[in-house]
Amino acid sequence: MENYTATEIMALSAGRLVHNGDILFAGTGLSMLAATVAKRIHAPEAIVFFETGGIDPSLDELPLAVADPRVMVGTSVNSGLADALSLLCHPKLRTIAFLGAAQIDCYGNLNSTLLGSYEKPRQRFPGSGGACDAASMAYGVIIFMQHQRRRFVEKLDYFTSPGWLSGGDSRSRAGFKRGGPMAVVTDLGVMKFDERTRKMYLDVYYPFTNPEKIMAETGFTLDITRAKEALPPSDTELSILRKDVDPQRLILGPVPAMIND
Amino acid sequence: MTLNRMIASDAVKKYIRDGDQIALGGFTVNRNPMLIIREMIRQEKKKLYLVVHSQGQAMELLIGAGCVRRIELAYGGVARFAPTGYRFKKAFLEKKIEVEDYSNYQMTLRFMAGAMGLPFVATKAGLATDIVRLSGFPTEIRGQGKVPLHKLKIMDDPLDPDGGQVVVLPPLKPDVALIHVQYVGDDGTCRICGLTFADIEQAKAAKTVIVTCEEIVPADYIRREPDQNSLPHFLIDAVVQAPFGAHPTACHHFYDYDPMHLNLFKKMAPNDDSFKKYLDEWVYPFDSQEDYLDRVGIRDILKIRANPALGYAPGLERR
Repeated sequence: MENYTATEIMALSAGRLVHNGDILFAGTGLSMLAATVAKRIHAPEAIVFFETGGIDPSLDELPLAVADPRVMVGTSVNSGLADALSLLCHPKLRTIAFLGAAQIDCYGNLNSTLLGSYEKPRQRFPGSGGACDAASMAYGVIIFMQHQRRRFVEKLDYFTSPGWLSGGDSRSRAGFKRGGPMAVVTDLGVMKFDERTRKMYLDVYYPFTNPEKIMAETGFTLDITRAKEALPPSDTELSILRKDVDPQRLILGPVPAMIND
Repeated sequence: MTLNRMIASDAVKKYIRDGDQIALGGFTVNRNPMLIIREMIRQEKKKLYLVVHSQGQAMELLIGAGCVRRIELAYGGVARFAPTGYRFKKAFLEKKIEVEDYSNYQMTLRFMAGAMGLPFVATKAGLATDIVRLSGFPTEIRGQGKVPLHKLKIMDDPLDPDGGQVVVLPPLKPDVALIHVQYVGDDGTCRICGLTFADIEQAKAAKTVIVTCEEIVPADYIRREPDQNSLPHFLIDAVVQAPFGAHPTACHHFYDYDPMHLNLFKKMAPNDDSFKKYLDEWVYPFDSQEDYLDRVGIRDILKIRANPALGYAPGLERR
């Protein structure tokens, strides 16, 4: 039995992808944990900013919304949407955006708007917010998903945020100057994108699962030939995440019984 | 210049008409102009046309109370308390409202274009997506009233032969902008503390600006540090003093968002009957902010009161 939860290994796996000095466009939830844990462990000079305009806040308490007053404190600059969103495309910055979505396809295109269609909608989600902007303009994108067949789909119901479009060089042909998804971090493993085809493949699977199970939870053909088992979280990583980053377990959620078994 | 100081009911009566296009300030759980919103519901404003970027609580109430016909937005939710707004979702799925989806940057640029008098504004954000391919508004309303003839246009960069395609967006010039700020000088000068979101662009783009504020302070006080000010006095049409006027959303340096209230709303919002009960308990009975705050209660108000050093309520139980 593992001594960590899926949420914990997701936050740590995403955190491991952050480089020191990255400028991180964070949402709330898991992306806050990933950004903060990376800063505390290996990327102390990474900077977090929010689309609402909070640039490099001290984050003494975890914000629960990008408009939380906690993103306005200890900042380098307090600004607004125009300033913050335009930072995404600054050519001298390695801006990395964390995004989530309701659906993803094999090229990392995202849907956070609706299921069905405008004519016959079956479900409504909040919409793009700044996700489409980040996916269009950031240097790179890290995506969080629950790994379920109904979310990893052949075709999106609505295409909100651009990934690698139809693969290959289609993204640059469409007029984007840079960017594209780097990784998809799920509750089962981490997917990356082939350098040439830009199609998603399984990079690592968590110790409590296996590539076959992940393939079964994916609604399109997923290349598992390159898959390796992920390193389990170290005691240091877990301790920083639990004691330093989210001591109230606002985002980590309740400690599951298995940890005490 | 003398301050056009009004009470909420007079400001709504005088400046907001059925069918108006309204820009709502704030962002999800922060600085929503809630006092004015409740007053608009009491006065049964109808067929409103909202233009917003990421709107939460204010939009939820207006949609739920049946005041809204049409929305252009980027995001409809109240953060963790309602990742998708309950009333927004329900009205959308039941086709009670017409919705056009944009992104936050696109909406902000459109407000900015309206404020700056630009005929259009271009960006790379959104290329190739359904945001630029599909329209949620019915074709027959295009070009009518405030509805732009085109949601947007995709074209080749007209200046750079290697620039590729761009998204060309229409400006926004709402009839009314509603914003809640921390301080207004008694000359009308506005000061927003913390993040401004797109409030400044929204106010500058609008024909009429109604500002609610926590405090009205002497002009010579607010002009002592003009670097901190957000909007000049002559752009403001009416000022309504509204202590805790953004409650249950936050107002930096004055109070945090109210998790107790937002969790209560979360319970009452999804169902039509319980939402009606919410309106009966929290909106219709109160024609003064004091009565509303009485209902919230001093205990909860003290819990969310901001620490002056931090601007929020440290240790607030936020689950």
